Amino acid sequence: MRRKSERLVLLLCALAFGAALAGGASAQTQIDPPAAAESAAAPQAAPDVPSAPQPAPLTGLAKALEHFLADDFSETDAGIGAVAATGDARAAAIIEALQDRRLLFSVQDKKVFYKDKDDKLFDAATGSAAAGAGPPDLTNVRINNRLRRTIDAALGGLRLQAGDANRRFEAAQAVLKSRDENALPALDAALAKETDARVKRALGQARAAVILHSSEGSEADKLAAVATIRERGGQEALNLLASLPAGTPPAVVGAARDAVASIQSQLAVWATAQNAWYGLSLGSVLLLAAIGLAITFGVMGVINMAHGEMVMIGAYVTFVVQELIRQHNPALFDYSLLIAVPAAFLIAGFIGILIEQGIIRFLYGRPLETLLATWGLSLVLQQAVRTAFGPTNREVGAPSWMSGAFEVGHLSITYGRLWIICFTLGVFLLLLALLRYTRLGLEMRAVTQNRAMAASMGIRTARVDALTFGLGSGIAGIAGVALSQIDNVSPNLGQGYIIDSFMVVVFGGVGNLWGTLVGAFSLGIANKFLEPYAGAVLAKIAILVLIILFIQKRPRGLFALKGRAVEA
Amino acid sequence: MHNFIRTVAERPIARRWLLATGLSLGLLAAMPQAKAQETIKIGILHSLSGTMAISETTLKDTMLFLIEEQNKKGGLLGKKLEAVVVDPASNWPLFAEKARELITKDKVSVVFGCWTSVSRKSVLPVFKELNSILFYPVQYEGEESERNVFYTGAAPNQQAIPAVDYLAKEEKVQRWVLAGTDYVYPRTTNRILEAYLKSKGVKDADIMINYTPFGHSDWQTIVSNIKKFGSAGRKTAIVSTINGDANVPFYKELGNQGIKAKDIPSVAFSVGEEELAGIDTKPLVGHMAAWNYFQSVKSPANAEFIKKWQAFTKNPKRVTNDPMEAHVVGFNMWVKAVEKAKTVDPDKVIDALPGIQAPNLTGGVSTMLPNHHITKPVFIGEVRADGQFDVVWKTPGLVPGDAWSKHLPGSKDLIGDWVKLKCGNYNTVTKKCGGA
Repeated sequence: MRRKSERLVLLLCALAFGAALAGGASAQTQIDPPAAAESAAAPQAAPDVPSAPQPAPLTGLAKALEHFLADDFSETDAGIGAVAATGDARAAAIIEALQDRRLLFSVQDKKVFYKDKDDKLFDAATGSAAAGAGPPDLTNVRINNRLRRTIDAALGGLRLQAGDANRRFEAAQAVLKSRDENALPALDAALAKETDARVKRALGQARAAVILHSSEGSEADKLAAVATIRERGGQEALNLLASLPAGTPPAVVGAARDAVASIQSQLAVWATAQNAWYGLSLGSVLLLAAIGLAITFGVMGVINMAHGEMVMIGAYVTFVVQELIRQHNPALFDYSLLIAVPAAFLIAGFIGILIEQGIIRFLYGRPLETLLATWGLSLVLQQAVRTAFGPTNREVGAPSWMSGAFEVGHLSITYGRLWIICFTLGVFLLLLALLRYTRLGLEMRAVTQNRAMAASMGIRTARVDALTFGLGSGIAGIAGVALSQIDNVSPNLGQGYIIDSFMVVVFGGVGNLWGTLVGAFSLGIANKFLEPYAGAVLAKIAILVLIILFIQKRPRGLFALKGRAVEA
Repeated sequence: MHNFIRTVAERPIARRWLLATGLSLGLLAAMPQAKAQETIKIGILHSLSGTMAISETTLKDTMLFLIEEQNKKGGLLGKKLEAVVVDPASNWPLFAEKARELITKDKVSVVFGCWTSVSRKSVLPVFKELNSILFYPVQYEGEESERNVFYTGAAPNQQAIPAVDYLAKEEKVQRWVLAGTDYVYPRTTNRILEAYLKSKGVKDADIMINYTPFGHSDWQTIVSNIKKFGSAGRKTAIVSTINGDANVPFYKELGNQGIKAKDIPSVAFSVGEEELAGIDTKPLVGHMAAWNYFQSVKSPANAEFIKKWQAFTKNPKRVTNDPMEAHVVGFNMWVKAVEKAKTVDPDKVIDALPGIQAPNLTGGVSTMLPNHHITKPVFIGEVRADGQFDVVWKTPGLVPGDAWSKHLPGSKDLIGDWVKLKCGNYNTVTKKCGGA
């Protein structure tokens, strides 16, 4: 039975790693655009031929730039359109500068400037470098959400024939969102030239979106457009089809309605997959938080209310490690979490051993006193951290390999969550191996099964107790490293997880690591399938009630320990 | 225990030590009483431990700063001001106990404190019974006007309603997600907003209301539901009354799932400069917050305040936020009222306060109204990459705070007026004091 289930988990983990690798591969395509965009932007941002400006478009551009002097959102909006319409070589660079808040204006000189990525100042109208720091009253041209959308649409139109394929793909997506009728000629021109199949498909979809939302276009064209969008699928397609303008022919409206229904039923299937994924992800977080408790409470039988604070300490260790790296060696930032893992294990483990030696060893066999003492200890630890680090949240950054998401069909998977699942399973397997194959593991099992017998065999039970508690605490510290990526790093971090952790351990079966694994994932998945129907508050209550009922039926949890040890 | 003390006391050296400690303890106890005669005491009732410490500790520091500044100017009525700080530890019943202790034992003249509505409700009876004054600095759900309380934070009509108006007008929003933490402030605010939106012709199907527990950390399902709700072909926005710790994972998840402000913008009523300090704000650029003050507002008063505050806290990066400004305005109003009444006697100060004006930090002058709320400007700010806000819209003038919402059936006829009517819930239809 055990063998089989172990093989199952190995298989699962291998699958997860496979998925991670596959994700990494498709990530290249997803993550790359901004990076590629930057490199492609550089030559554009630099003025191409400042020595020989063409006189005709220059006056047009200078006139268009006047809009930016007003410091008014509507004027800026008009300015973006005017700049894009000039077709000037610098238009894209100027609008990009506006997007990144690098576009500045001076009322005094009636001039607009932009900074390039190296903070060098250029006169936007002529493209020549400005003298010194520019006029004293330089102010940023402000933008808001409405302007961000206008900027996207304008840049989309301007970049449809950019040199880089990813950039063209992004531009096509921008046009798909903006449905800007004026982009149609540019789209047609780009479509005729396009060779990359992926970009071509995106351009076709963008064209379909524009046609659907334009006042012109024949019924046949629009029907074809509906078919193209239907094929695309996803939520953006729903958005497009649900917002057809008034005056659309009835046949097209009918086709759109069919398409919406088909996309919705398709999305419903994906929603189930999505819930399952969210459940796995929540389950892994629960498992991570509970796994240390499975040792201290499950194996040793100590009701440790300060368990959550060990998690919190692990998160703060991550924060300190990152701060040190930021100060001394920023190049190592991507490895900060890997460095934090052993540090958190050692520090939290050491504090755990201190707690065991200082408090808990005097209270073995007195659960109520242990509960109260560790509860008090948890408050002390919280306040200590609050005094040392302040009551506000601390920022723990995500390394680049943990940020962002990728799509599998219509399922969006975030890297952070994926790595946490793999990390959790890794920790679980390591712990299992430690219990089974090392001398310390053997001694731990011996002591928990029959303390007197173990002692008479020459095992130093007091030392084993201390090390076991230290191990549980250390693993809680490791959990803190991972949780710092998804939760607040604040003194209250641990409180949020203590109840859930106990729930998982009790549900899974006290004294059994496999029970903790199964318990965590089943609670996570059950919670996520209930949440869409019942809401977050009710789902949580329902889960609690279900566990209470379950414990009535099976007081020892899912995987009850059997044998003489239990009766002892 | 008894035995131990006797044996210790019998040893000569030990006895001398006991005597010395006893004497110094006695002196310590006597000292504050001697000092009490020449100072005016101000109670500060903010949690310094527990879940709310994250927000309230800053307000305690603000009060200490304001009191120090006032003392530099020579105090009040020729006396020095003295702060009495207590820690109610985010424990609501303890708020009432500590308030009683401040008023009866420490004999404070006024209390500045509370953050959550439940803590305010828990101290209300104490302030009524002992007839003292509370200044409450946080934006809240309204539906209250008490004689002993002065509300210097925003009422819903000074924050929530203008924010929704902005979204409808500027962003052309037609579908609304009202997301909040499950307690009284979000529930009441969302009830008001729902009634308001429906009165503007928004249909039931275009409003999604979602509540989550305190400190909710797994936002995957809710954010993907919001994404789904937002794909119905009409502009969608999130109106967030999510409070405290839950905000960081919420915004992280928005960023993770790629919800950009230009697609589905969100406007928050409880997220300020302090809350953003714990997040990488680059994915959040463009998401909004509605407040009556932003640190980035350019005015001479604000620049001076920020400079002095950062010098006082010895931290050049220390941020300022809206509830801090509310305490600044409230404290200055109280100082002026005491100068006008020439006493700190609560009855006289309560009568002196309505009509008192004090400059706020954004360049206007706020007035204490007869319903014990104040006039405030309303700002909408968009998150910047550096964690500050860009003001994108503001009300032309100051908005007077409504104690009772005009949009709820139970309260639309009520007004609070402690000057002429001497009543906090006067019904303008039945012409009676005492609610609906």
